[in-house]
Amino acid sequence: MTQTAATVRRHVVVDTPIDRAFFLFTERFGDFKPPEHNLLGAPIAETVFEGRVGGHIVDRAVDGTECRWARVLVYEPPVRVVFSWDISAEWSIVTNPEMTSEVEVRFLAETPQRTRVELEHRYLERHGPAWEAVAEGVDGDEGWPFTWARYAALATRGG
Amino acid sequence: MIAYEDASGWSALADGTRRAIVASLADGPRSVGELATGMPVSRPAVSQHLKVLKDAGLVSEHQEGTRHIYQLNPVALAALRDQLDTYWRRALTNYAEVVSSDAQGPGEGEDRAGQKEKRP
Repeated sequence: MTQTAATVRRHVVVDTPIDRAFFLFTERFGDFKPPEHNLLGAPIAETVFEGRVGGHIVDRAVDGTECRWARVLVYEPPVRVVFSWDISAEWSIVTNPEMTSEVEVRFLAETPQRTRVELEHRYLERHGPAWEAVAEGVDGDEGWPFTWARYAALATRGG
Repeated sequence: MIAYEDASGWSALADGTRRAIVASLADGPRSVGELATGMPVSRPAVSQHLKVLKDAGLVSEHQEGTRHIYQLNPVALAALRDQLDTYWRRALTNYAEVVSSDAQGPGEGEDRAGQKEKRP
């Protein structure tokens, strides 16, 4: 199955044991995720990665509001974690799970003191409608609401 | 005719058959006939759904001989992919910095409560 166009793959090698690599990835997620991607209306006070299947990744803002933007689907410390990506390309929450993508992170011990972390963000095609929004919105703010209106018009068209 | 009864007013992908078509096209380009073979709907119905997806810019079409081949709009998908690729590149770079700054700590029993105040 070819999936290159709809999959992002990244890896990094860190000089730390696999247990520690996994622990830091989940416990410190809020410290390393790019900060400008905030779905809340106020600065993020903390990000909690709930370490269990059925848990969430939750951003909590300084004003007390929170945003659950991922569901933990697989939790196998220290080797693997899979979570859903419930964020559209317009950076809003997606409530229909069939229209969310998925992130798998695998941890491999290269040596007792070195760990390879492989990340795969797949099923991007499920976010479908937002592709065009991204393409039009990349260079300016006006692209997104314009496209949103187009999709709304499409969906309500008579047939 | 296909009714567009999407109550949420959301998108071309609100329909289950259209989602199935997009999932199939994620594996590679397909003709209408190939798409219809795997679906519980008629070939004309698949054509109608493809028209909606095409109008939405999600799917593009080209002709090979007498066959019309459909594929996911590569520009649109690439834009989302690029955005997320950048996101994860930066996240993993930051992660490596977190790991190296944490370096020597065996750490299992550490109290990390004091680190929560870092963000503005």
